[in-house]
Amino acid sequence: MGYAWTLGGERHRFDDLRALLAAASPRRSGDELAGLAAASEAARIAARYALADLPLRRFLDEALVPYEADEVTRLILDTHDAAAFAPVAHLTVGGFRDWLLSYDADAAALAALAPGLTPEMAAAVSKLMRNQDLIAVARKCRVVTAFRSTIGLPGRLATRLQPNHPSDDPRGIAAAVLDGLLCGSGDAVIGVNPATDSVPNGIALLEMLDALRAQYDIPTQTCVLTHVTNSLAMMERGAPVDLVFQSVAGTEAANAGFGVSLAVLREAEAAALSLGRGTAGRNVMYFETGQGAALSAEAHHGVDQQTVEARAYAVCRAFRPLLVNTVVGFIGPEYLYDGKQIIRAGLEDHFCGKLLGVPMGCDVCYTNHAEADGDDMDVLMTALTVAGCNFLIAVPGADDVMLGYQSLSFHDILTLRATLGVRPAPEFESWLARMEMLDARGRLRELAPQSPQLARLLPYAADAG
Amino acid sequence: MPAEPGVAAGDVPPGTGEAAGRAREDGPADRDAAASRAPGPAIGRTRGADADPAPGAPPDMPPDMSPDPWARLRRATNARIGLGRSGDTMPLRHVLEFQLAHARARDAVHAALDLDALAAALAPAGLPVLRARSAAADRATYLRRPDLGRRLAPGERDALPAAGQELAFVIADGLSAAAVQRHAAPVLLACLERLPGIGVAPVVLATQGRVALGDEIGERLGARLVVVLIGERPGLSVAESLGAYVTFAPRAGRRDSERNCVSNIHDGGGLPHAVAAERIAWLAREALRRGLTGVGLKDDRALVGDTDQAARIEGR
Repeated sequence: MGYAWTLGGERHRFDDLRALLAAASPRRSGDELAGLAAASEAARIAARYALADLPLRRFLDEALVPYEADEVTRLILDTHDAAAFAPVAHLTVGGFRDWLLSYDADAAALAALAPGLTPEMAAAVSKLMRNQDLIAVARKCRVVTAFRSTIGLPGRLATRLQPNHPSDDPRGIAAAVLDGLLCGSGDAVIGVNPATDSVPNGIALLEMLDALRAQYDIPTQTCVLTHVTNSLAMMERGAPVDLVFQSVAGTEAANAGFGVSLAVLREAEAAALSLGRGTAGRNVMYFETGQGAALSAEAHHGVDQQTVEARAYAVCRAFRPLLVNTVVGFIGPEYLYDGKQIIRAGLEDHFCGKLLGVPMGCDVCYTNHAEADGDDMDVLMTALTVAGCNFLIAVPGADDVMLGYQSLSFHDILTLRATLGVRPAPEFESWLARMEMLDARGRLRELAPQSPQLARLLPYAADAG
Repeated sequence: MPAEPGVAAGDVPPGTGEAAGRAREDGPADRDAAASRAPGPAIGRTRGADADPAPGAPPDMPPDMSPDPWARLRRATNARIGLGRSGDTMPLRHVLEFQLAHARARDAVHAALDLDALAAALAPAGLPVLRARSAAADRATYLRRPDLGRRLAPGERDALPAAGQELAFVIADGLSAAAVQRHAAPVLLACLERLPGIGVAPVVLATQGRVALGDEIGERLGARLVVVLIGERPGLSVAESLGAYVTFAPRAGRRDSERNCVSNIHDGGGLPHAVAAERIAWLAREALRRGLTGVGLKDDRALVGDTDQAARIEGR
């Protein structure tokens, strides 16, 4: 059915629910590329008025992507918890926005509500929220997960240490790991994107990372971000797999483009759980997502890129992940044009993930052809930390020399800890203390080259591989 | 302080084209750093040595007398490791180095191709040189609308002749006009030397172009094979890298899996012109002989890249 709203005598029409959601989205290049964006700025606001009036439960009655054609839609609707939804079932999308910001919506209420929400509801309400609303509500949500470290506790900010190397040189990767550890990064995961995506290479990298972790008894987990089928093969061969990684998206067709299905993810989670490697918890999956993935795979079904991104979080939450992050600025300016669009998308993704009960982190990043720079990243990393983001990704000097884009630096994480008072995961913080890397005030020491702390770790990196 | 060779070598990331540039441009930043911090060739990279000694550090050894413990590690990676700290943040020298690398990459993305200079550089080829524009009117549109960069602007198609030759070269600015300015003509000339006896159509210089623009141009020219030389998305370490895409039977709608790619053509540790030309010429000859490009061709030779690189060039 169609929707319409009249503003100042002008009638704005929206053909269906997908068109209404797309038009209500803040402006972004990906929706313009897809031909889904609002026809004018006024039409965008008209769409928001119409969306605010829409009963929240409409999203249970009308699937944006057909139930019969899409296993993600089936997952969303078949696992919907009507009892959890009951407290907000009577609300409109606009009423839901007001409720989320009310004092009634505390951490316990939001956690209880999460199974009752669909990604489309989360995306819809986010379109009626300013950046400050996205921050304020996400900050109230708590999603705590654990493997060897515990991620998502109040007042904590964890990091993925991303030690990539253009040719997977073990010494080069070990050097970047060392650099990150000395800056106190790596409590969410030490996770490398391999340049060569093969099973033997993955096993070699995993064994190197696992030996380093074991040698220093670091309470974290390691991961080689290879395809899920490679992780399955590595586990079959007895490799030390802590976490199974996979990129996922919000439609069955987009996931097929990644070469995955819900069935293979189920198989992988069961295999990783059977290894019993976690000590603090049993969350064994790690997912990455990002706005634009479905459109670039021509698998968006006419749904705007933010809504279809939120559907990816329904895929994630079905597998009880330890970590999920949006790679927000990686995809390029045809999807998120500039710093403003990247910042908005990062806050939307974090909010939608948290509202749905997903342990959301972010790769705060940009490419050289986007209209963005380090100042934009400073704003987004600060806003996300205020919003209670579970973890951020960091690389040496903010420069990923393998993937050719800019993320955050290990220094940026120290800055966030100092300015906002957030701390590493508790197990990792204790390890830093044991390693005598913290000063009396809990700050990370700046180690002289000849310090015993540095001397202990350096030979390992120099000898790796 | 001894000018330790390991420190000097490690101070500049090995194997990157940007290394020499960084070293050259480091002068002023070096002086700033020297004025405020300890002297020596490893300023910044050994920020630990400049810091207040950490509790527990041996007090009997002045920090600036120690060798840079990162020097060995830097030989294994061009990642920005061991930068040292100013409080919680990066020392200014490294902030400026990073900003310079980003500025160069941004300049490369937004620079316009100097078509006259490029045509002059192509003169030794002895081929007519034509010009064409994509449907993306300007750089901002180009960056937002990859679909427009893959099509010719209205009227451009009719301006191209139906040359009917075996092979056509299209030179497109892509995401780095600087890379095209620097590498396209020498690579094209080196390719021609290696392709004797093959009829070559006029060279088309295309602006605001993406890889697939070569399909429409090649089709219009009536070429059996099109080679697109295009600027790759600039990285921080290399802003001037050229890619070459080889597509048999070019026509609008060809998929990336129907092409072969030779990427990373640059002089900062990438493929030298002659090596790249050798690979492109091999692909061209084999494509014309066997009547195909894409996945069916790449299996024959490990040296030939596949079209996964398209994601990088197209910026997906």
